[in-house]
Amino acid sequence: MSEALTLDGVSKSFGGLKVINDVSFRVPEGSRTALIGPNGAGKSTVFNLISGVYPIDQGRIQALGQDITGYTVPQRVRHGIARSFQNIRLMPHLSTLENVMLGEHHRSHPLQLVGSARATARARRALEDAGLGTYPGQVVADLPYGVQKRIEVVRALMAEPRILLLDEPAAGLNSTETKDLRLLLERVSGQGITLVVVEHDMPFVRHLCNHVVVLNFGSKIFEGSAESVSRDPLVLEAYLGSAQVMEGGHA
Amino acid sequence: MSGYLSGLLAMLSINVVVAYAVFMPASAGLLNLGVAGFVLLGAYTAGALTSLGDWSLAPALLAGAATAGLIAFLISFAILRTRGIYMVLATFAFAEVVAGVLLNIPSLGGAAGLSVMAYAGLPVVVPCAAAVVLLMVWLMRTRFGLAVRALHDDESVANLFGVNLRLTQVVAFTIGGAIGGLGGGLLVHQFNFIDVQSTGVLFSIYVLLYVLMGGTQTVWGPLFGAVFFTLVPEGLRKLSELDPSLKFLEGGRYMVFGLAVVLLMMWRPQGVITRTLMEALLPGRSARRTT
Repeated sequence: MSEALTLDGVSKSFGGLKVINDVSFRVPEGSRTALIGPNGAGKSTVFNLISGVYPIDQGRIQALGQDITGYTVPQRVRHGIARSFQNIRLMPHLSTLENVMLGEHHRSHPLQLVGSARATARARRALEDAGLGTYPGQVVADLPYGVQKRIEVVRALMAEPRILLLDEPAAGLNSTETKDLRLLLERVSGQGITLVVVEHDMPFVRHLCNHVVVLNFGSKIFEGSAESVSRDPLVLEAYLGSAQVMEGGHA
Repeated sequence: MSGYLSGLLAMLSINVVVAYAVFMPASAGLLNLGVAGFVLLGAYTAGALTSLGDWSLAPALLAGAATAGLIAFLISFAILRTRGIYMVLATFAFAEVVAGVLLNIPSLGGAAGLSVMAYAGLPVVVPCAAAVVLLMVWLMRTRFGLAVRALHDDESVANLFGVNLRLTQVVAFTIGGAIGGLGGGLLVHQFNFIDVQSTGVLFSIYVLLYVLMGGTQTVWGPLFGAVFFTLVPEGLRKLSELDPSLKFLEGGRYMVFGLAVVLLMMWRPQGVITRTLMEALLPGRSARRTT
């Protein structure tokens, strides 16, 4: 299986603090890869480096066969990388429909009417596919948290990405919403889109993902299958601490 | 129509035009306290062309708008490097520079101001205001308008979905400058006169207030703000004439008006016309439309 995404020796510092330290990993094309680790491990920073929010200090990033290290943020979305955010970052003063339409901005003409029948139908269909068909006209700031969280995913999907980065998509969702989200992401994965998911909800990760990368203190400590991650001693130590591991604890 | 009413309608139309000059960049999150500079550029360009160059009114108005737009484009690269209060100060400083330059050009009247013969009456001013409103409504319904509003909310996320930050901001600022120039052209030809003192910082503050009070979330906010700010002081003055017990309003109307502004800022700091209000007034509307 070829790689959708490759990080090769990537490092990033903020001031004197090295938050990502020589991280290399591969995301197989079409896989559902989880990027996990304790708080402060650098997971969201890796997303910011892949999506171009921060430039990397060292190393290189390849996506879909091209070196994207020097690409601007809009170039990366045009290349097929879209993302959602750990904290909801919808446009609070725009309607649900407009937020979703923003996702396809990179492939639209500036003078194209946002409310055209085709664009509206496309956005409505995407919302309905995610079970959000009842909210198109509402200003997103007025919507419940769980709905906003899923609108973010729909917005990213509207970009028609080939690599979808999801930063804690299940955070704050109830069990029904989490299950609906997982089913949606499985359908998305079925369309050949590579998923990279940062998530703390381990049952969600176990059900959804088939490939796992674990970070701790900005370094990669594990890369492999979802089945083997919970048996890895370094991962157990990162999550539980060395004393608990010696006593036989589990992640 | 009486001279008073036609004068009031003309002033309202010009205020609407100038309000949209501030709204365009404001809707992208760019606060412009230098609209007086663009108004002066448009006014002096159009005024000089009709009075000194014997141009007819329409091309002179267009030239005034184009000149202000061109200057807005040129200065946008420097001004857009600033943010927040620094942008407010930078645009204010720009207007002061324009005023200073114009004061020192004797052929344009200097401190005595510029008088013009050509007159822009209601048949010119009202359609121009209507055209600006329609242009804004259309623009805000395009992908460009969506990008502008997205920038207002979150530049970084807008950029992640392909919005070109700098280009969108430059275009918004340039369009705003050009509309300000058009407003200036209309102003000088409505009053047959313009001078630097009457279009100073207070003018810029008032127009910014129209927009912020009206609201920048929808295209209708500046229209509401301009109508409110133009008609309420006049309404208070009229009341003082009609009812002797309200005589205090003749001099005190600005106090009442100022109090209204403070209360509005406390009650609705986001402006009177918001997306949520529009959705409440016209349910289902924003599912079909986007302004």
